[in-house]
This record gives sequence, structure tokens and C-alpha cells, in this order.
Amino acid sequence: MTPVPAYDEEKLGEILSALPPAPEAWVNSAKEIPLSRQGIEQIVRRADADDEYRRRVIEDPEAALEEAEVVAHAETIEILRRRLDADT
Amino acid sequence: MDMDAVHAMGMRAELTDAQLVARCRAGDHEAWRELVDRFSRYVYAIAVQAFKLSEHDAEDVFQEVFTRAYEHLDKLRDDEAIRPWLAQLTRRLCIDRLRAGSTEQLEDEVEIADVDDVIGRLDESLAVHEALSMLSDNCQEILDRFFTRDESYRTIGDALDLPSGTIASRISRCLTKLRVEMEGRNLGASPS
Repeated sequence: MTPVPAYDEEKLGEILSALPPAPEAWVNSAKEIPLSRQGIEQIVRRADADDEYRRRVIEDPEAALEEAEVVAHAETIEILRRRLDADT
Repeated sequence: MDMDAVHAMGMRAELTDAQLVARCRAGDHEAWRELVDRFSRYVYAIAVQAFKLSEHDAEDVFQEVFTRAYEHLDKLRDDEAIRPWLAQLTRRLCIDRLRAGSTEQLEDEVEIADVDDVIGRLDESLAVHEALSMLSDNCQEILDRFFTRDESYRTIGDALDLPSGTIASRISRCLTKLRVEMEGRNLGASPS
């Protein structure tokens, strides 16, 4: 814990205000990262077993992610691409 | 704001940072959600206050920080050091983002000394938020609404079904409790 010197109530209120909440959608998306990873692994497993599906995923990774109910952030798409490349 | 939202404020402190990290590493998704809650404000504030990123760039950095943190949690040498690790990761990704855009912006707007000052203030604020998480849900909600969401007495009163004339005195009482909590923490942190 970062030691904080003794403050009066007014100063404490001022310090609290330095950390406003991040946008709720960003936070919710970050919380879903473990589930996104599971979705990506499912896509990769299916692509390993089905060449036609792999072709479609490479062509449109965003659609594949959405079909797997994974939010298609740029970072997520990049991870999926890397995983497919690694399995090629 | 219901009680789930109060908990989602990200400042519960039943688990230490190290305990939380250990649970995340063991695959506990609920612990991961708690970790995001605990540090989301901090990462966000570094991006927009210290590095003055646009909302669009800040969102990309925010998601990348948590994605990388999830991927590389096993590389963290000291689980208790998650906060400085996240700060360093955020700082690095913000600089990368600025470099990818305009070098001029990086040189003109982001002075390293200023960044250090801002992150120092955010560390201090995070410590006070940790203390806040030890107060009642009611105090957490009132102080959070007033100080970090900038809500008026009337808005807070309406949301919590309380007379708006009592909000100021409730804020004052909760701040006193927060001060006492902070004093207790500082005493506990002092060498004996």
C-alpha cells in the first residue's frame, strides 16, 4: 500500500476525485478477456479441423469472432490471426 | 446504482493484490473481473491524465494493457507488485501510441517529469480509494458519486432515495470515517 500522509477531509475528497471511473463498456470488455480467449481457442480448434472454416476465418476474422460471441476488438482480431498463423 | 454497481466500483479489498493475482493465474474468472475493477480507473487515468491520449487511443491502450496483463500474468515476479507493473505497462503502451502518431505531440505535450508527478498523484488516490473500500457500501457510493462522478446533491438524493438536504452531512460523516480509516492504515504501515 502506498503510505498517504494525514489529510483533512477536504483534501481526501480532492484526492478521491483524481480517479474517475473508466467508461463502463471498456471495463466490461476487459472483464470478458478470459471468455474471449476461450472463444478464440474454439475458433482455432474448429479451423484446425475444417479447412473451409479456416479460409472463412482468415478472410473475415471479425465475423468469426462475432459468431463465437466474442467482441471483435483490434487486439482480439490480432490475437486470432496470430493463433491461426501459429497453427499453420 | 445498485449494490452490484457499488461492488463494480472496483475498490473492494477483501483480497490483497497478491492474492487476487494468484487467483487470476489459477484461472479464476471472477478474480480477473475483480482485478479489472480494482485497476481500471488507474489505467484509464494514466492514459488520459498523464499522457493526455484521445478517448479513442486511450480505449485501445486500455484494452491492450488488460489483454497483455492477462497473457503475461505468469511473468510477474512479485504478485504484490501488480500496480507498478500495470503502471509501467500502461506508460509503455501510451508512449508507443504517441510515437505511432505524432512525435511532436510526444515531445511537446508529454514531459516525463509531469508524467511521474501525475502517476504519483494517481498512486496516492488509489491508496485512498483502497481505504474507501473498507467503509460501508453507503459511504462508498455517496463519496464516489460526489467526488468522482461529479453528481449533485439532488442527483445523489434521487438515486439513493434520500432527502437532498441530508447529502452534505452524509458526505461529511463519510469523509470523517475515511480519514479515520486512512489514519489507521498509516499507523499500521509505520515501523514499530
